[in-house]
Amino acid sequence: MKYFGLYNYWVFTLLLMIGLYAVIAKANLVKKLLGLSIFQSAVFLLYISMAKVDGGTAPIIQHADEPQVFSNPLPHVLILTAIVVGISTIALGLAIVVRIREEYGTIEENEIQARDRDR
Amino acid sequence: MWTAQLPALVIAGPPAAAPVAARRPGASWSWAFAALASAASFAIAMLLALAATEVTAISYAVGSWPPPFGIELRITGFSALLMLIITGASTIALVGGKASLDSDIAPARRHYFYAAWLLAVGGLVGIVASGDAFNIFVFMEVSSLATYILIAAGGNPRALPAVFKYLVMGTIGATFYLIGIGLIYLMTGTLNLVDMETRIHDVTDLKPIYAAVGFVTLGLVLKAGVFPLHVWLPNAYAWSPHVVTAFIAACSTKVSLYVLLRFDFMVFQGSLGGHDLQFAGFLMPLAVLGILVASAVAMTEGHLKRMLAYSSIAQIGYIVLGASLMSVSGLTAGIVHMFNHALAKGTMFLAIAFIATRLTALRLDDIAGIGRRMPWTLGAFLVAAMSLIGLPGTAGFISKWYLVLAALQSGAVGALLVAVVLVSSLMAVYYIWRVVEAAWSSTPGAEAAGAREVPLPMLAVLWTAALASIWFGLQPGLPLALSRSAATYLLGQLQ
Repeated sequence: MKYFGLYNYWVFTLLLMIGLYAVIAKANLVKKLLGLSIFQSAVFLLYISMAKVDGGTAPIIQHADEPQVFSNPLPHVLILTAIVVGISTIALGLAIVVRIREEYGTIEENEIQARDRDR
Repeated sequence: MWTAQLPALVIAGPPAAAPVAARRPGASWSWAFAALASAASFAIAMLLALAATEVTAISYAVGSWPPPFGIELRITGFSALLMLIITGASTIALVGGKASLDSDIAPARRHYFYAAWLLAVGGLVGIVASGDAFNIFVFMEVSSLATYILIAAGGNPRALPAVFKYLVMGTIGATFYLIGIGLIYLMTGTLNLVDMETRIHDVTDLKPIYAAVGFVTLGLVLKAGVFPLHVWLPNAYAWSPHVVTAFIAACSTKVSLYVLLRFDFMVFQGSLGGHDLQFAGFLMPLAVLGILVASAVAMTEGHLKRMLAYSSIAQIGYIVLGASLMSVSGLTAGIVHMFNHALAKGTMFLAIAFIATRLTALRLDDIAGIGRRMPWTLGAFLVAAMSLIGLPGTAGFISKWYLVLAALQSGAVGALLVAVVLVSSLMAVYYIWRVVEAAWSSTPGAEAAGAREVPLPMLAVLWTAALASIWFGLQPGLPLALSRSAATYLLGQLQ
């Protein structure tokens, strides 16, 4: 239990590595972006996991006589911002891939490099 | 007093101006508006720089929420210097580069281009002004996304794979930084940089903090283009619109270095034992290798912009080397070199943008004889190049002089570092000489033979920038004072 109790963090590490692997190993630019997206999502999980408080609820004001334990709302808010950043990055990346396909006729990294050498 | 609102104005100004610039497709109108907004930011940065020489830090509580609960803007001498670099480079590039931008950017897209430019300026200024770790991440992404747009905005298709690579590596760098500050938040419960520094003292289990040091340092080293994590840089610089290169070469990597130094010296240095030695041990070899390898590549590179891009990687090495000496004079040298190199390299890339309005290709063979046709443009290029090499009387000499002095104070390894600086300066002489030889070649290329000098107003802007390199070589007062206050501020934790 000592090492698997906080399994969220193991999942975070695993997702991070899967994403990074895809970015490095895949030649297809869209697959690279998918990897990048997984990589970023892993970090979202890290932040959300650290916000968890045992028995905590949503931070909304309740009746004063009930005991109030809240999850930490700050990481949730931060990640809301980070998700927007992530979406913008992937959207811009995909737009660049569309332009690359228009100019090079391919989205495979090695074929793009081969075509650049011929120029 | 109204001046109390300056830190908020300098951040909010350019992004607020961006939608206005994007509103009207008339190309000249959005250019004029962007240049005006940029010049206004430069004026505010000047006021802040003057104010920052008098106090340690100007603190501004956003929305009147007191730090560490609200977001704090914290203007130090260091941030003021970077602000001057960013807004100054942007203003000079916009004002001087209109003809080049008009030929590089399609008319239908120009108003969006200038909006993206203002967002990039706002993001970069935000990074150096903010005192909140997560806020810095958001500004980092704002400026990066806008920079990707700027680089891809030209007509050169080779910019597209280059910007894709930059986007992937830049995002990985920023995400590493995000993981780092997440781990610190996990252990300390704060995002305010000043508060973070005091709270790390109370952390009992330091393992997550050590992991955070690794993530933050590596992520920022990647974004700063420090050798060997520079692979995104040469092509992104080489194939972007020429004026964009002048702007980003002057400031974008230096802003990442700013965050790196800020984090490693202010947050980690005082609270983690032995951090200074690990920082120096990690970065000094990279800096030395970067200086030597990148200079060597620049010596063999045949494309003018790629050559200067590799030279930039070597100059980043100087800045990191100065910082890794861990002394006030070393840090002063590194920080003042940010300013001096921005001035020199910005001028050189602007001169290249002017040459590119007359020539279609920029390999050394293509520019043969251009110096005889455009002597004033090439003259300004050479003045800035002398500052890059570090000849006495230029700004570059000041930073190299301080770097050599700092290296000599650092004991046994110092003499070796001085040798590295001297050898790489000679290498710079060699690659600049190749440009001179090509430009004043007696057999001009077909295009160069018909080239005319650019109009006087453009030359005036270029020569203002070039002569600034001489001015700050003879009168280094302001940048040196800001750098020294930055260095003592950063090292305050050690002494």
